[in-house]
Amino acid sequence: MAGATIAITQRAASRRRRIVVENLQAYLFLIPAFAILAVFKIWPAFFAIYISFFKWDIVQGAFRGLDNYADILFGSRAENWWRSVATTFTYAAITVPFEMAFALVIAYLLFQKIRGRSVYRTIYYLPYITATVAAAAVFEYLYHPQYGLLNTVLAGAGLGPLRFLQEPDGIFEMIGGRFGFDVPAWAAGPSLALVSVAIFSVWHFLGFQIVIFLGGLGNIPVEYYEAARLDGASQRQVFTRITLPLLTPQIFFVFTIASIGVLRAFNEIFVLTNGGPLDTSRTVSMLVFRTFFQQGQIGYGSAMGVLLTLIILVFTVVQFRVLERRVQYG
Amino acid sequence: MSEIALPRVGVRTVRRPAVPRITSQIVMHAVLILVGAVVAYPFYYMLSTGLKSFFESITAPPTIFPAEGLHPENYVEAWNKAPWGRYFANTILIAGINTLGELVTAVLAAYAFAMMNFKGKAVLFTVLLATYMMPAEATLIPNFVTLTRLFRPNDLDHVAQGYLVQILPFLAAAFSIFLLRQQFLSVPKELHDAAVIDGAGHLRFLWSVVLPISIPALVTVAIISFYGSWNAFQWPLIMTSRPDIQPIQVGLNAFRDTARSQYHLLMAACTFVVAPIVLLYLVGQRYLVQGVARTGIRG
Repeated sequence: MAGATIAITQRAASRRRRIVVENLQAYLFLIPAFAILAVFKIWPAFFAIYISFFKWDIVQGAFRGLDNYADILFGSRAENWWRSVATTFTYAAITVPFEMAFALVIAYLLFQKIRGRSVYRTIYYLPYITATVAAAAVFEYLYHPQYGLLNTVLAGAGLGPLRFLQEPDGIFEMIGGRFGFDVPAWAAGPSLALVSVAIFSVWHFLGFQIVIFLGGLGNIPVEYYEAARLDGASQRQVFTRITLPLLTPQIFFVFTIASIGVLRAFNEIFVLTNGGPLDTSRTVSMLVFRTFFQQGQIGYGSAMGVLLTLIILVFTVVQFRVLERRVQYG
Repeated sequence: MSEIALPRVGVRTVRRPAVPRITSQIVMHAVLILVGAVVAYPFYYMLSTGLKSFFESITAPPTIFPAEGLHPENYVEAWNKAPWGRYFANTILIAGINTLGELVTAVLAAYAFAMMNFKGKAVLFTVLLATYMMPAEATLIPNFVTLTRLFRPNDLDHVAQGYLVQILPFLAAAFSIFLLRQQFLSVPKELHDAAVIDGAGHLRFLWSVVLPISIPALVTVAIISFYGSWNAFQWPLIMTSRPDIQPIQVGLNAFRDTARSQYHLLMAACTFVVAPIVLLYLVGQRYLVQGVARTGIRG
């Protein structure tokens, strides 16, 4: 384009024009994506806060300032809110550690040189790609008090029958009851219904975590293992002294992802228990859904949604911090 | 923070520890098979119950194999009890447009971030990162309010609006832009210079050089997007109330009420709802597994 015959001033002008054109072109390329994101991701974040300042039952009502938040955190709605927060964290506590432990063991086994690795991996990943509604419908049937397979298995072991998804009693309370102990209410534990949902959750998300752990295992230099073997380290020592420490980034990553996933859990709870029985599986996401959608209290629902978002963002920020450090050192 | 921190998934896991001893091999296989059986059993249960007679499906204890003969007519019965054809068509339409739209917006934006210089690049990239961190829960209620004000998704006279509300919010995703940008950055600078010397503009270069060598990344984005649309549940649940615009997962949820204790029909329906995505998974496993692992999203 810029031949040697063109004068230098003309060249500078054309260079400036090229920069302007390049800028305009870049913005044109960005407009479609950013228009959508601005309308449906960025603006709503602010609009949610705006809504949460109003009495907004189906239609917008009076400005209430922070009153919605005060009601939720300390006032008329505090009991429901904190109970749901407790349920959510209980749900996380009985889901995330088991998911991670299972996934770590399976990933470790799958990483060894054994036959049929890809077949195993395909099977383990299958639940994760299956739609929650369909998978949960199958589990609802498995858990069925009368026709379900699980009660048959329990009966074979001389136990049961249990009501699973319909059982509001705490599991420690139930175990204690079987042995004739009276477990106090504060130690009743999560309801069997919530535990049943958690078991579904572990089944559903196992494959995802296995894949992440497999990636991490693949990044550990094989020389470390060889050196350990030369030094006469046992299998267990290799696992606890080499594999686990070097897998820390993936463990953190999976932990935060799983926690966020549990905080956001809606589909499986909606299908399996709908928050019941006796609200024992009504997590925060479920409470938000009920408040805003079923009761039409959009102002309260939005305030709860903002609070939930803040909780989730804490985990997200931690996750990004960890990953950033990893990128620098790893 | 110019480099987006997506988790790296080991693609080349070729270097493994030495082959374990025979005994530990057997133990390892035993564990893997046992866990695999537990993981896979619900799928078998779904398939086999879908082929049982009604009475067999509510027999306690349940049978492992359909003992009273196979009843493939369950599938026909389940199919006829709800507008499944409509649900499937709706889902394919919505998922198809979403996937295409997300690809187009992501390709253009990712190209701009990877290959072009412009004012405000760093700021816009940070904004993008912020939207990536924003959970869907934050936008659920405001988007519901906005879209039910702008459109009447459940109005008989405005069928298109019923689809529109399920499409518009998903036409762009920060994650896809990140993933494609990463891919485009790996395109050698020399190729671009050569193209410029040949007089090719950005669009030409994008179309005839960048896209053809980025097909695996494009397929990953497409599969993840399609998978997300196929499994979408909460959003269409709150936005739609008429079956003729509802997608498959919402339809399946409604069918749970229709089928009630007819579990043989419900399991048959689950089977044909799950089948397409399982097939897609078996065909595009490589892309889906890596892509989903990188997104860090859970269903």
